[in-house]
Amino acid sequence: MSRTLRLLRTMPPSALVGATVIVLYVLVAVFAPVIAPYPEREVVGAQYLEWSSEFPLGTDSLGRDMLSRLIYGARNTIAIAFLATTLAFVLGAVLGLLAAVLRGWVDQVLSRIVDVVMAIPGLIFILLLLSVFGTSITTLVLIIAILDSTRVFRLTRAVAFGIVALDYVEAARVRGEGILWVMRREILPNAMPPLVAEYGMRFCFVFLTIAALSFLGLGIQPPAADWGSMVRENATLITFGDITPLLPAAAIAALTVAVNFVVDWMLHLSSGLKE
Amino acid sequence: MRDIVQLVIRRLLLGLLTVLAVSLVIFGAVSMLPGDAAQEILGQAATPESLAALRLQLGLDQPAWLRYLHWLGGMVQGDFGTSIANGQQVSSLIGERLANTLFLAGLAAIIAVPVALVLGILAALYRNTLFDRAISALTLTAISFPEFFVAYILILFLSVNLGIFPSISNISPGTEFWERVYRSLLPAAALSLAVIAHIMRMTRAALVNLLGLPYIEMARLKGATPRRAVVVHALPNAVAPIVTVVALNLAYLITGVVIVETVFVYPGIGKLLVDSVSKRDLPVVQAVCLVTSLAYILLNLLADVVAIISDPRLMHPR
Repeated sequence: MSRTLRLLRTMPPSALVGATVIVLYVLVAVFAPVIAPYPEREVVGAQYLEWSSEFPLGTDSLGRDMLSRLIYGARNTIAIAFLATTLAFVLGAVLGLLAAVLRGWVDQVLSRIVDVVMAIPGLIFILLLLSVFGTSITTLVLIIAILDSTRVFRLTRAVAFGIVALDYVEAARVRGEGILWVMRREILPNAMPPLVAEYGMRFCFVFLTIAALSFLGLGIQPPAADWGSMVRENATLITFGDITPLLPAAAIAALTVAVNFVVDWMLHLSSGLKE
Repeated sequence: MRDIVQLVIRRLLLGLLTVLAVSLVIFGAVSMLPGDAAQEILGQAATPESLAALRLQLGLDQPAWLRYLHWLGGMVQGDFGTSIANGQQVSSLIGERLANTLFLAGLAAIIAVPVALVLGILAALYRNTLFDRAISALTLTAISFPEFFVAYILILFLSVNLGIFPSISNISPGTEFWERVYRSLLPAAALSLAVIAHIMRMTRAALVNLLGLPYIEMARLKGATPRRAVVVHALPNAVAPIVTVVALNLAYLITGVVIVETVFVYPGIGKLLVDSVSKRDLPVVQAVCLVTSLAYILLNLLADVVAIISDPRLMHPR
């Protein structure tokens, strides 16, 4: 606990702001039903009502309360991005460690597959797969997780390759430890710092990708409240000079900025604060 | 010189191999379609006879590898098949839109690359000053914004409030060149922002990395001004990483157009792709995917070759 406190005190202002924003978002997401004045999917008024005391941010294209949908959106959008990133990490890290430990043909096969997948522009490959498998949340999460795991694989493999060559890993092997034990107890803890920073970056990337897909109408499907689709549904208001549809987009931007600030600080920490 | 030619040829062959592998992956992904294309076109109400007839017409009765060779052969000759949605030739659907997209991406690149390089060099020159910090925070923010956010902010201010630019990029083959530039300027600006941020950060990082080296210190001790040390001494050695990141970002423009074209209703392949995905028009999606991958691989190849020519040390990897 005291270690965490000391770490907090050494944080630069930008990282502190970032961390605060992230905590706020998580709180809003968790307590959405308590905070939101209206239910997520209920039509409560006329369409496109202006801001008022009854509807603080007005209503959307179907007459649902904008503020409530914004609050519930935190829940859906963040949860799905979190799920996809975590899945990508588990998959990429396990395969990356395996490739580094086993080497030989396992490494060759995995690396060549990753090379080919990464030669296709990400968003476009996702769109292709979505048009083949249809747009449900499960396929969305799986597709993004699998495609994104390629980058985690590359990083984990590169980091782990350096660690595998060290003496203490050799010692553990000579001692007769199994591959899984070596991966989990000897290599993973030492590969953690770059992986944690990478997690933040991948989360931003996945979060923005899902927002983009939802904005295109191919991600999270209505009636679930989601920030990307909320921009798309209410975009016509912008041509009348109304900023309401920009709020969900701003919510996305604020979270990614916050995560990036924290990641930037972590990268500085792990690089030994040089320069 | 002969080494370089040999290396370029080797890279080209490797690129060709990648293209083949990518085409196989794209074809494979589409073949995983639950049900098949004939079912997709005719819908649930189709009779078995009409399904069988269409399968025969689409060649779905043939084994997968034969269909792949057929599809690839067609692609090489510029025959991309026909659209499921409207029966048009995919090649004619893509052709004009591809030109529009390349125009938009080119315009964005012309704006972004010089601005980013100048900003990057300035940030390296005045590193750790307020200017550097401000630029760094700004670019980090720019990277974090979703493209549609940037696009709509530009629309809100420049076209709705001030009325300088149109909010919809209405472009047809007959549009005059400067009119075309004017109508594409807003989407190009939206595209440039993230690209500027990425290239600028990499340029700064590449230069700052070099500034710690002894030969720069030597130059400074000899009496070279900081500006001369950065521009004349450090910059030539930073060309390789900078070229790589420029190419990567130009490749990024290809995917970035998808969102921006949708916001501005710009008639390019990004918009075509999105429309085709929602209609599940697989031949079009497949073709767009292959064309963009091709551009992507080509750009990466180009970056590799330029980097190696600019820095011969890369020819002999340790």
